[in-house]
Amino acid sequence: MIVFDEVVLGYGGEEPTVRGVSFTAEAGRITAVVGPNGSGKSTLVRALLGRLAPRSGRVLLDGAPIATLERRAVAATMAVVPQREEPAFPMDVRDFVALGRYPHGGAFSGHSAADHAAIAHAVDRAGVRIFLDRRTDELSGGEWQRVRIARALAQGGRALVLDEPTTFLDIAHEMAVFELLDALARAGHAILLVSHQLNLVARFADHIVLLHHGSIAASGTPGEVMRGEVLERVYEWPLVVSRDPAVGAPVLVPLRGRGTR
Amino acid sequence: MSSAPRVLWFALLAALLAAVTFGLAVGAVPLAPDDVWRALLGAGDPATIAIVRDLRLPRIALGLVVGAGLAASGTALQSTLRNPLAEPYLLGVSGGAAVGAVVAVTLGLSAPGLVPLAAFGGAAGAVLLVLLVARAAGGRADPRLLLMAGVVVGAFCTSAIMVALATAPDDTVRGALWWMMGSLGDAQWDGVRWIALYVALGIALLALWGRDLDVLALGEEAAASLGLDVERVTRRIYLTASLLAAATVAGAGLIGFVGLIVPAIARALGCRGARATVLASALAGGTLVVLADLGARTAMAPAELPLGAVTALVGVPFFLWRLRAGVTR
Repeated sequence: MIVFDEVVLGYGGEEPTVRGVSFTAEAGRITAVVGPNGSGKSTLVRALLGRLAPRSGRVLLDGAPIATLERRAVAATMAVVPQREEPAFPMDVRDFVALGRYPHGGAFSGHSAADHAAIAHAVDRAGVRIFLDRRTDELSGGEWQRVRIARALAQGGRALVLDEPTTFLDIAHEMAVFELLDALARAGHAILLVSHQLNLVARFADHIVLLHHGSIAASGTPGEVMRGEVLERVYEWPLVVSRDPAVGAPVLVPLRGRGTR
Repeated sequence: MSSAPRVLWFALLAALLAAVTFGLAVGAVPLAPDDVWRALLGAGDPATIAIVRDLRLPRIALGLVVGAGLAASGTALQSTLRNPLAEPYLLGVSGGAAVGAVVAVTLGLSAPGLVPLAAFGGAAGAVLLVLLVARAAGGRADPRLLLMAGVVVGAFCTSAIMVALATAPDDTVRGALWWMMGSLGDAQWDGVRWIALYVALGIALLALWGRDLDVLALGEEAAASLGLDVERVTRRIYLTASLLAAATVAGAGLIGFVGLIVPAIARALGCRGARATVLASALAGGTLVVLADLGARTAMAPAELPLGAVTALVGVPFFLWRLRAGVTR
């Protein structure tokens, strides 16, 4: 669905922040991009948003370079949930989710039957029907993230990109988001997730891409990527990888740092 | 999807009709409201008809048009720049218009219509300059860059005016000042018609782009993820809204705070979505300016207070209240 092919990205005349990255986010799978701060994760998202053109290499959506596609056509196929978002003016959740139909509408056309169906489907899928009459500034962090995912689903595409969707969430809300992404992947969506939550990613993702200074340090299944020596080098911190007692997924445990020794 | 309670539309229309009626009734020759309406419809005493239609109506019409234009422009800019405290005058429009007008006045261009044209030219020039500065600074239509460029261009214009006026004769200074404080006093049907046409077109465009405005207000990345071309749409709306404000400045000088407070009032009254807010703000803005003008004419009659000062006196407390509401929310 989403293919990065030897992609080099950078801002202005500076050194590139992404140096020749290749991986594929396939339908029916959760693909996670992880890495330390500044490793280039968010830069990849900016490329998907069309905010940054690759210096070289290609970013493909359904086989076509994103740069050559009509922006609304991209939005109708792939939805991106940016890391942060604060509407300038609070609005009703119902209207907020309905904005997901923007890529499909003209300036004046009201919502068609297809729009209403897509919105209803997205609302149920994300489990936000009970919030519909609330205002966006009255939602808790977890509710807000689900509402944003609902808007992304209302776009109607089969690819969903999320940049740090659980950063400010407590365990229950974080798990709820991951369960939702898992269900969406099982239903055939291509999920591309940028996250700091290595342990949850190791449990839910089918494919992990570990970035380090803009290059891929490891790429593969959680078992292949979550190896102590690799993670220790990338995160520059002593750690061990164990198995979680519930499902046996790899778990990273950071050790007390060098700074305290 | 973009909507306001039906009762709000009725209330706004009723308020507008009431403001127009009072505006037409109050003056050197006080008239009864029903006489005003009879005269408007062409019946009754010919002298009354002449007073209402020829003397007072152009002024009221100009107030409606200017208020509607400023308020609609402010609504659109607030969504585009994602800043509820944005207004057209923050973005160089006022400074540029003032420079244009002062240049025309100091050059002694006294032919009717030349000063407004010069003001519009100055405002348009400032708007383009702001776009160029923002572009040179960031290469993109970044709201923060636009705001900063607007403030800088505005400050430059103000300094230029100070320098120009320092050596100007008293008459010029007084004329320029009066113009910079805003007034509906020079309303003539010829000018009002042109400005009305221009303002109607601008408001129609902004309302047409309501969905774009809603999406832009979500933020740059969210708007991009929905398939909106952020740079192009931001530039288009900024230009339209600023030139709309420039047209009002050409007609009535600088009338501050209307573009700031009216959209906030419309939202507080239940407007949801940019299209409804633009249209409701236009109605409320026209009403507000007609009422403010009524206050300016009557508060110390027969002396006339500068309209821009009256709207500022209303606007500043409101601005402070908004700031506080923003902090405590």
